[in-house]
Amino acid sequence: MRHGKYPFIIGFLVVPVALYAVFVVWAYIQAFYLSVYEWSGLGPVENFVGLENFRKMWDDTTFWQSIKHNIFLLVFLPLITVVLALVFAFLLNVGGGHKGGVTRGVWGSKVYRIIFFFPQLLALAIVAVIFGRVFGPDKSGMINGLFPESWSPWLFLADERYAMGCILVVLVWQAVGFYVVLFSAGMGNIPTEVYEAAAIDGASRVTLFFKITIPLLWNTVQVAWVYLGIAAFDAFALVNIMTVDRGGPDGATSVLSLMIYRNAFEFSQAGYASALGVVLFFLTLTFAWVTLSATRRESVEA
Amino acid sequence: MTTITKTPGTTAPSAGRAPEPKRDLKIATGLSHVALVAWALITAGPLLWVLLASFKSNTEIFLGKPFALPNQFSFSTYANAWSDAHIGRYFINSVFVVLISTAGTMLLGAMAAYVLARYKFPGNRAIYYLFVSGLAFPTFMALAPLFYILKGIGLLGSFTGLILVYIAYSLPFTIFFLAAFFKSLPYEIEEAATVDGASHVRKFFQIMMPMARSGLVSITIFNIVGQWNQYLLPVVIMSGPGADQKLLLTQGIAQISVSAGYQAEWSTLFAALVLTILPMIIVYAIFQRQIQAGLTAGAVK
Repeated sequence: MRHGKYPFIIGFLVVPVALYAVFVVWAYIQAFYLSVYEWSGLGPVENFVGLENFRKMWDDTTFWQSIKHNIFLLVFLPLITVVLALVFAFLLNVGGGHKGGVTRGVWGSKVYRIIFFFPQLLALAIVAVIFGRVFGPDKSGMINGLFPESWSPWLFLADERYAMGCILVVLVWQAVGFYVVLFSAGMGNIPTEVYEAAAIDGASRVTLFFKITIPLLWNTVQVAWVYLGIAAFDAFALVNIMTVDRGGPDGATSVLSLMIYRNAFEFSQAGYASALGVVLFFLTLTFAWVTLSATRRESVEA
Repeated sequence: MTTITKTPGTTAPSAGRAPEPKRDLKIATGLSHVALVAWALITAGPLLWVLLASFKSNTEIFLGKPFALPNQFSFSTYANAWSDAHIGRYFINSVFVVLISTAGTMLLGAMAAYVLARYKFPGNRAIYYLFVSGLAFPTFMALAPLFYILKGIGLLGSFTGLILVYIAYSLPFTIFFLAAFFKSLPYEIEEAATVDGASHVRKFFQIMMPMARSGLVSITIFNIVGQWNQYLLPVVIMSGPGADQKLLLTQGIAQISVSAGYQAEWSTLFAALVLTILPMIIVYAIFQRQIQAGLTAGAVK
């Protein structure tokens, strides 16, 4: 029965492991290695500089600006998206009240769910192109077109004060539907008897939401928060395609991901880009760890 | 684990009366609808606007009134987008790359996941954790090294290089998910097949793969959507001389958007966007449930 077990195991593993080792593992090892070298991307890697790249980062105003913008997204993207998605999911699943003793969603909840989810299927790059025009700074932009004739057009992305807000709006626009579906699935697993029992005790819908739905969904909310936080560290497609001067105006939308890309491929600073990558890695890890430990609760079993 | 689209309200009704007064209920339901309709409009509005604008002339677009109907439905913008702006080519490129890379991801990922989930051998856990740890690293970190690795082996700017990279970067999640799935399948049928003298390879393809079908479908959809929507990897890899023939759809659209900006010629861009989005809407309309299940499967774990 055991004959040929090892040839089989090796045969099945060799190609995936080889691909993964070359393109993923080796690339990440190189990233750590390159972060302590000054290297333009051409020629041999020989100029060892130790932690110089990190010191340079410390003095780099663009770096701090980018971190600030990433933190802005990190705080508001999960917060706004999770709150909106929870409310919509609750309305879709429980909002219809009780008829004949059954807790139900509002009428047409299936249709809403289908519409809400669709943006998730669009590439962030496509979304960026669409919203670049939605926020168009003249009458050809959708929002400015909707404003009354007498208003002077808003600049949106071309205005330093609001550009980052526009990025946030687009990320929320795309993400909400996905989390509505995710939370709906979680709410579907909460037995209707729980709601009914509470309703018989006279609980209002607001009470149901805070005292039953949220505690029972807590694990899903946690996962959502981490996912959205990781998305907040990306945002590359949006910033690269949608913003004025890519990251502008005047650095007002620069984020870490864009900095890494530009240093690696446009400024011939592959070493510095790798050092930024290492920082990004530790930031992501710290964020996930902090979120998971700060939000740990006794999980409630439904 | 993966069956998630279950809505309440369809379960058997139980006794128990709602204490909420009828009038309050009506107001609350009304408010719910207002909120939901508002978000539906916010979601669909920009897409509808793109569709309308794709038929408009440049002058009409600059007139304001974004949701006014176009003066005439001219499809010339679409012809421009398809051929002059090369949307057709980018589209075919994307389909080609995603077909091969998703097929490759699923085959290699399922093979590795199966062996790691159901066979005991030294180093099993080490290999498994090596794959799964890939989930913790941001792709951005690897960009520069990845570029030079591909350049070194002469695969920069080639579909082969891009496909191999897509597969490699899709493996961690695919293996993580499928290994759990293979573990959950019963062992009896497999043992019976062993007694009947089936080889390991045959057991995998003829018994385990069919049994794992629902998991495979979810994760295939997840990979198709993820790879179809990739922007960062193609931008890095499909560069250099001759690459402009090989752009993928996401890159192509971004490029058209830049050149449309220079020429202030927006209608072609809108037509290009519609040509990109329409197939997604059609596929979504048909496979809506499977797509929602597939994409959320990852987060439910």
